[in-house]
Amino acid sequence: QEAELEERLVELDLRNDSDVPDVPPASDSTPEILKAALSGLSARWKNWWIRGILSLAMISGFFLIIYLGSFMLMLLVLSIQVKCYHEIITIGYRVYHSYDLPWFRSLSWYFLLCVNYFFYGETVADYFATFVQRREQLQFLIRYHRFISFALYLAGFCIFVLSLVKKHYRLQFYMFAWTHVTLLITVTQSHLVIQNLFEGMIWFLVPISSVICNDITAYIFGFFFGRTPLIKLSPKKTWEGFIGGFFSTVIFGFVFSYFLAQHQYFVCPVEYNSETNRFVTECEASELFQMKKYPVPPVLQPVLGW
Amino acid sequence: NLQESESENKLDGETASDSESKSEFGGSAPVPTSDDTPEVLNRALSNLSSRWKNWWVRGILTLAMITFFFIIIYLGPMVLMTIVMCVQIKCFHEIITIGYNVYHSYDLPWFRTLSWYFLLCVNYFFYGETVTDYFFTLVQREEPLRILSKYHRFISFALYLTGFCMFVLSLVKKHYRLQFYMFGWTHVTLLIVVTQSHLIIHNLFEGMIWFIVPISCVICNDIMAYMFGFFFGRTPLIKLSPKKTWEGFIGGFFATVLFGLLLSYIMSGYRCFTCPVEFNNDTNSFTVDCEPSELFQLQEYNIPLVLQSVVGWKTLRMYPFQIHSIALSTFASLIGPFGGFFASGFKRAFKIKDFANTIPGHGGIMDRFDCQYLMATFVNVYIASFIRGPNPSKLIQQFLTLRPDQQLHIFNTLKAHLVDKGMLGSLEEA
Repeated sequence: QEAELEERLVELDLRNDSDVPDVPPASDSTPEILKAALSGLSARWKNWWIRGILSLAMISGFFLIIYLGSFMLMLLVLSIQVKCYHEIITIGYRVYHSYDLPWFRSLSWYFLLCVNYFFYGETVADYFATFVQRREQLQFLIRYHRFISFALYLAGFCIFVLSLVKKHYRLQFYMFAWTHVTLLITVTQSHLVIQNLFEGMIWFLVPISSVICNDITAYIFGFFFGRTPLIKLSPKKTWEGFIGGFFSTVIFGFVFSYFLAQHQYFVCPVEYNSETNRFVTECEASELFQMKKYPVPPVLQPVLGW
Repeated sequence: NLQESESENKLDGETASDSESKSEFGGSAPVPTSDDTPEVLNRALSNLSSRWKNWWVRGILTLAMITFFFIIIYLGPMVLMTIVMCVQIKCFHEIITIGYNVYHSYDLPWFRTLSWYFLLCVNYFFYGETVTDYFFTLVQREEPLRILSKYHRFISFALYLTGFCMFVLSLVKKHYRLQFYMFGWTHVTLLIVVTQSHLIIHNLFEGMIWFIVPISCVICNDIMAYMFGFFFGRTPLIKLSPKKTWEGFIGGFFATVLFGLLLSYIMSGYRCFTCPVEFNNDTNSFTVDCEPSELFQLQEYNIPLVLQSVVGWKTLRMYPFQIHSIALSTFASLIGPFGGFFASGFKRAFKIKDFANTIPGHGGIMDRFDCQYLMATFVNVYIASFIRGPNPSKLIQQFLTLRPDQQLHIFNTLKAHLVDKGMLGSLEEA
């Protein structure tokens, strides 16, 4: 098996993609109940319906969690991050057939833990200052936070160096790099998402909704009016969908922000109240969220009538 | 005989994968490094045997590098910063070139441009943050700089995004995987090389001693471990570097700690090394002038009774910084070598003997700096956790940029706090 692995590495001539391993087709995980309900329809409409139902389910789940509050949103973001990380790492394992290196699974998860610890520690120290001041152990952890995180990371690094096995150097370095790039992508961005959340839920909701809306409206415009292909990489995207999606998303963003900006729940920075031990979103609405009169430019006045 | 001369040349124990199974050579045999030694040296040493000649070449180049190091220290912080930047660019170039050779990706012209573009973006981001921090008043005075620094993050992100979009648009049908590999390779290299070089510059600004002592400790550990290994070496340390020995490791550790103590003792006496580097707006130059902090004032320490009988002194006058230098030397000797092992593993994985041929006898710049990277991060983290307190002048700078009503709010809170502590006496509410 080792000889086979070596041969595969030698053959890893990447000038063409011919050696991409065949991924077994994803098994159909549609729940039985949906299948039974839709058994009458043709294959194309059936797919449409499944996608539609799942989209609605995700959007409802999203609304539910928004209702439950900032803390649940933070947990949701964390779970999504862990799942994304797992998915990308699994792809790496499959590409490199590196399931045989047991250390590596543990090391990848360990690095995820370290980087999350570092980022969450910085966030917690910032936002929960009053909570932290009261507890002695947390004080110690916060004061030496960078040192502790660095020490944890170093331990992983040294274990990686010690785990280098003679015939698998390149494989192990590839997985090390793969892990780090994945961490860079998933973990840092998820923490930026959480920081946006703490600025005010509206800064979390409006961007995410705009992206979702763009996805959906670009698809719909493309479905009905699509003709000119956009880019070779995604043959189904069209210029009509792209531009139609752009305008619909701008209008959607406009309307959605109008509704959200009126509620303190969405607009206020999330703060931690140490007395009630809960997150509160109550504040003086900042200038951004107070109604103002804007003069309509003379060009548009005859058009709109205002 | 190529193998024999190659094994003689590997004085630092990094064997290429000659001894590994032949099948791994496959399509990528290592390019034999051409002899870069200057003609002068070649002639002067032509009489000696090949082994001693190599020793001499390495020795002379080592002395040349150390002398060069002293010269640039003398020239001051600005030159040091420039040198750090040049080293960083050269390291980036070396690692990217290795990537190109591994992946035969010279055929993709976009990629060279994109890699350098990303290097530029990330450097722009980091240098911008540093400049905004340390040259605050200068930046505020010049109008274009002020705008650049106000929207700095946005501009950097826009630049990076442009590069990202160019990458996506440049994806060519049959070369997807290659391009993604190079993209990943570029980013990991940036992560290693650029972030660490900026941590080095932060250390430098903290005080030249925080730059010089760690680097010297790593160099000293390299040399001492080699010497101890040469004279006393017997038990091999790790399979990855067959020539490293436990005797060298432990001997190097103690020698480095002693060296660190001595060097810190000498340097702590001079203000130009211990003071934070500041930019003087009036003279438009760097100044290193300040009241030495507690770390750099001699203090009496009581020697524990156990050692008193041995040493014969009751107390010892030391700088507190020397205690910190023990921590730095320990890290340099115990964990620093892991950086070297990492680089050895990397070279074996990609079947190269050296990162490049820049320095005769030593290899590339990365070969000399592989242990320094971990050290720089450690020093930065160490300073942030154990040394640096809140910076009052920085707080005042930030305070002055606030709106007047925010300033008033802070002023009132501060006043109430100080009155509470009894520092302001009993002032009446304004």
